[in-house]
Amino acid sequence: MKIKQISLFMENKPGRLSVPTRILAQNGIDIRAMYLADTQDYGILRMIVADTQKAVAVLEAQDFVVKVTEVLAVAVSDRPGGLADVLTALDGTGINIEYMYAIPYPHGDGAILIFRFADTEEAMTRLQAKGVNLLAGEEILQKK
Amino acid sequence: MGKMNSVTGIMETGVTDCHPASVPDYVPVEQLRELQLKRLQAVVTRAWQYVKLFRSRMDERGVTPEDIRSLDDIASLPFTTKSDLRDTYPYGLFASPMKDVVRLHASSGTTGKPIVVAYTQEDIDVWTSVLVRCFAGCGLHRGDIIQNSYGYGLFTGGLGVHYGAEGLGATVVPASGGHADRQIMLMKDFGVTAICCTPSYFLHLIDRAAEMGIDMHDLPIHTGVFGAEPWTDSIRAHMEKMSGIDAFDIYGLSEIIGPGVGCECRHHQGLHIFEDHFYPEVIDPETGQVLPEGAEGELVLTTLSKQAMPMIRYRTRDITRILPRRCDCGRTLRMIDRIGRRSDDMMIIRGVNVFPSQIEAALLQVEGTLPHYQIILTRVQGLDQLEVKVEITPTMFNDKIGAMQELNAKLQGALDRVLGIRVRVSLVEAHSIERSEGKAKRVIDRRGL
Repeated sequence: MKIKQISLFMENKPGRLSVPTRILAQNGIDIRAMYLADTQDYGILRMIVADTQKAVAVLEAQDFVVKVTEVLAVAVSDRPGGLADVLTALDGTGINIEYMYAIPYPHGDGAILIFRFADTEEAMTRLQAKGVNLLAGEEILQKK
Repeated sequence: MGKMNSVTGIMETGVTDCHPASVPDYVPVEQLRELQLKRLQAVVTRAWQYVKLFRSRMDERGVTPEDIRSLDDIASLPFTTKSDLRDTYPYGLFASPMKDVVRLHASSGTTGKPIVVAYTQEDIDVWTSVLVRCFAGCGLHRGDIIQNSYGYGLFTGGLGVHYGAEGLGATVVPASGGHADRQIMLMKDFGVTAICCTPSYFLHLIDRAAEMGIDMHDLPIHTGVFGAEPWTDSIRAHMEKMSGIDAFDIYGLSEIIGPGVGCECRHHQGLHIFEDHFYPEVIDPETGQVLPEGAEGELVLTTLSKQAMPMIRYRTRDITRILPRRCDCGRTLRMIDRIGRRSDDMMIIRGVNVFPSQIEAALLQVEGTLPHYQIILTRVQGLDQLEVKVEITPTMFNDKIGAMQELNAKLQGALDRVLGIRVRVSLVEAHSIERSEGKAKRVIDRRGL
C-alpha cells in the first residue's frame, strides 16, 4: 500500500527543472505524479515514476542528490466533501501530514491524493482502520 | 577661524597635532636608531631570559642577545608566528610573572582557541601613548568627543582606543559595537566630533543615518579613525564625500599591542609606524629574506618595549612595503603602505578574522561530514557579507522543506557561533561548485579590495 516517491534537491534557477525531466525522458521513464515545493533559494521536486530504481540510478549518475521515501495514495471522488471525508479519518489521531498533493484519477472522475506523513506506518494503520482505501502503486502507474 | 560645535558650543580651533606625547614622532633619525638598538638589545635579552621558546629558537641558531650589535643584526633572529601563540596557549610566551600582568586580551584563532596577549601597566601606558600619538596625528585633541564604536571586551580595539582617547584628554563615548540607530542618535545628541570603528561599519552608519533622514554633513563629526580591516582609497573617498569627515587609517594587531602600531597623519601619505616601540621589517614571505625599503612583502614587527609579552620578528602576514619617502608632516617615523591583502588564507570580515578552517569545523559539527563548500565575500553598502554555499549531500537531503530549513538554520547557527558574525548559508546542488583540478575554489572575494 505504500508507494515509493523520489525527491530531488534543485536550486531555484531558470531552466533547472527541465534537466531531471529530460533525463527521465531519455531513459523512457514515465512520470506519474509530481510536486515541486520551493523556497527562495531551492526547491524539492517530488515524483512518483514508473521505475523508481532506474530513475534513481540515472539521476544520481547525473549528480543529482535523490532520496526515496514512502507515501500513501488515496482515491477521492469528485464531489463536495470528498477530501474532507479522508481528512476526517485522521482527526484526533495526532498524525501530521508533512505535505500532500493531488493528481487526476486515471479510471474515472475524482483524484488521487498523495500523502507524506511523518509516520507512514502509523498513518496507514489509522486510515485502514477507518475504512479508507489506500491505493497500491500499480493503480497509480496504470494509465487509462 | 574655527568652527563651533553646534551641540557643545565649543569652538573647534582646527589647529595643531602637537601633543606632548607626539614628541618621539619627530626625533632625529640617528637618535631614533640609537634608541631602537638599545631597546632591541633589551627586549631580546628579556625574551631570551624569560621565554623558553625564544631562548630555544635562539640557541638552535647559535645566537645570543650579545650578538645584536646593530639594528641589521635583527635578521639573525628567528621569526615568531601566530601558531607559536597558539602552541603556547595561554601563557607560554609571557615574559612577566602574573603578578605584574594587569590585563589580558584575546583574539580568535583557527581552532576556536583564542590567542592570548598580556600587558603590564607599563605596556598599557605605552599602548595608550601610541594611541594618543595616533589621535594627535589625526588632528584630535582635548575638547573632541570621540565615539568608540569598537567592541569592548576581549578584542583589543575597544579598550585600547578607549584609554588612548582618554589619554589624549578627549571625551570618550564608549558606544561599543552594534545598534546603528543608537550610534547615530549618540553622534547627533552628544555632538560627537570623531568616531573610531571599522570602515565598513562607518559606511553602514552613513547609510542608516540617511535612512533616518540625517545627513552627517549636518553633524559636528569631522574625523573618523578606521581600522581592523582592509579598506581602500575609493572607500575613503566615498565615505568622506557622504559624511564630510576626514578619514584616517589606523593599523595594529593584538599580538603586537592592538590598534596603534601605526596610523596616518593629516597628510595621508602612508601609515607612520611608531617605530620607537615597534620595529618594522618587510620580508619575502617565501624565503624570509629582508627586503629593501620600497619593496613589497610581508610586514614583520618586533616589539621594542613590550614587557609582558615581547614579540621578536612577528610575522603579521600583512602585505605592504616600507615607503622610501618622508612624510610632509615632518615626522621622522617611517611609513608603510595601507594594507590591502594578507599572505595567508585569513579573511578579515567586518574586522573579524575568519579562516576557511573555522568554517569547515562548523560544517563538520552539524553534519558530521564535510560537504563541499565555497565562501563568497561581497560588500553591500559598505558592509562585508559572508555567504557560505554548501553543496547538498545525500545525508543532508530531506524531502521535507521544514527539515531543509532546519538544516539551513543549524548550519547558519553553527557558523555564527564559531565566527561571531552573521553568515548567510545557501544550500546548492551537488557538484555545482566549480572545482579546479579536483580542488574546490574555497574563497571568492568580490569585495574589490
